[in-house]
Amino acid sequence: MSAQDEGRPIQSSTPDGAAAIGRHAIRTEALSKDFTLHLQGGLRIPVLRDVDLAVAPGECVALAGPSGAGKSTLMRCLYGNYGAGSGHVWVRHDGRDVDITNADAREVRAVRRDTLGYVSQFLRVIPRVPTQQIVAEPLMARGVPREDAMAHAAALLSRLNLPATLHGLPPATFSGGEQQRVNLARGFAPGYPVLLLDEPTASLDAANRDVVVALIAEAKRAGTAIIGIFHDTEVRDRVADRLYEVAPLQDAA
Amino acid sequence: MSALLTAEGLHLHFGKVAALDDVALEIHPGEVVAIVGESGSGKTTLLRVLAGMMAPQAGQVLYAGEDVHAMGEAARRRLMRSDWGFVHQNPRDGLRLRVSAGGNVGERLMAAGARHYGDIRAEATEWLKRVEIDPARIDDMPLQFSGGMQQRLQIARTLVTRPKLVFMDEPTGGLDVSVQARLLDLIRALVAELGLAVLIVTHDIAAARLLAHRMLVMRRGQVVEQGLTDRVLDDPQHPYTQLLVSSVLAA
Repeated sequence: MSAQDEGRPIQSSTPDGAAAIGRHAIRTEALSKDFTLHLQGGLRIPVLRDVDLAVAPGECVALAGPSGAGKSTLMRCLYGNYGAGSGHVWVRHDGRDVDITNADAREVRAVRRDTLGYVSQFLRVIPRVPTQQIVAEPLMARGVPREDAMAHAAALLSRLNLPATLHGLPPATFSGGEQQRVNLARGFAPGYPVLLLDEPTASLDAANRDVVVALIAEAKRAGTAIIGIFHDTEVRDRVADRLYEVAPLQDAA
Repeated sequence: MSALLTAEGLHLHFGKVAALDDVALEIHPGEVVAIVGESGSGKTTLLRVLAGMMAPQAGQVLYAGEDVHAMGEAARRRLMRSDWGFVHQNPRDGLRLRVSAGGNVGERLMAAGARHYGDIRAEATEWLKRVEIDPARIDDMPLQFSGGMQQRLQIARTLVTRPKLVFMDEPTGGLDVSVQARLLDLIRALVAELGLAVLIVTHDIAAARLLAHRMLVMRRGQVVEQGLTDRVLDDPQHPYTQLLVSSVLAA
């Protein structure tokens, strides 16, 4: 009955009596992740083993380690985009700790709406939707009135040097750097308590990098916990309070 | 919040072929759930059983606590006129072809109790605009419309009564790619605006990713995997889901 096991158990396990994580906005506990490739004869690739990472409000932690060490995999586990093999990812949401690894889909959606933001490297959106609306949507989903959300979106896009003439266009035809800035505006607009940034400045010029550094600094002052992957070490050193080393498993073994 | 629709232990066999093999499912208000899988996996059968259009051999479907298959034909039709909507793959199955575009939309309103002609026509006009059909064509017959327009008309006809739960069977199947994108945009906007719950059957994985909050993967009548849409697609666990995801062309 292995096929039946794949339907993830629907349960929202938020033990009220669990040890308080206190000041942490997000925390992993013995998080491990393997990939099993059934199309490759069941090949198992271990990527993360016993990751314990805790980030406090207002703190920015940069993930360090060579390419292929599992930094992006860890980010995706933190967002619940990847499941976990074992262990937990606790996110402080609505006054309690929610384990993203086994919360049911509706609860993960609520956490992503109100608490947990993620700026991925690539923008994935419905064709035809105008840029300004893409940025305003997460705000409207949280109940911000449409006019306010649209105004906030426009201001943030302009700050990221996307002129008003582009706001009404869908970003499909934008350059890589422009799409990344749309993605950044969408991620920063709601002011999530926890924000995950995967290479936020990879295709940006110096002026826009400075804008992103300023946005990160403001978010930290507002109490946002940030976890980022920054290949640009200059940016990393300007924003990160500390590094968290993600070591390739073969080396760690 | 409690589930709008709950199904448990659904079984349905066509001869030796299992179309549904112990399927369970829940859908909550405001939730968009996609059912994906290859042809013959049982996904359309599941939709028809959930919507009360086909009876299972075992198991039950509850809507707001009431057994859909025990409530009788009249009660089910009443549900289809009020709380539910069904968008067929072929718009001709969901439209009345001998009635004008405005009539198609207005008829649903009248079935739901509207009586004032002027109000009905005004509301029909409003809905044609929302689905991007020129209101000047309100008196045209559906057969004078393109396939994409017919599909949008079917959506207007379905949503005008503001149902709580909408069943969609391959709503973008058979349409040009440009029309599909427009339709996806439209469906998503309406879902967000009206807070509908939607069960959508599709073999279009990319569409499911953009529309659905949650996803069920079916194969040979079984739900082999389910969960958060992006997790199912980006970190598939079941061999069949891995095959399905790896077979999609990146666009």
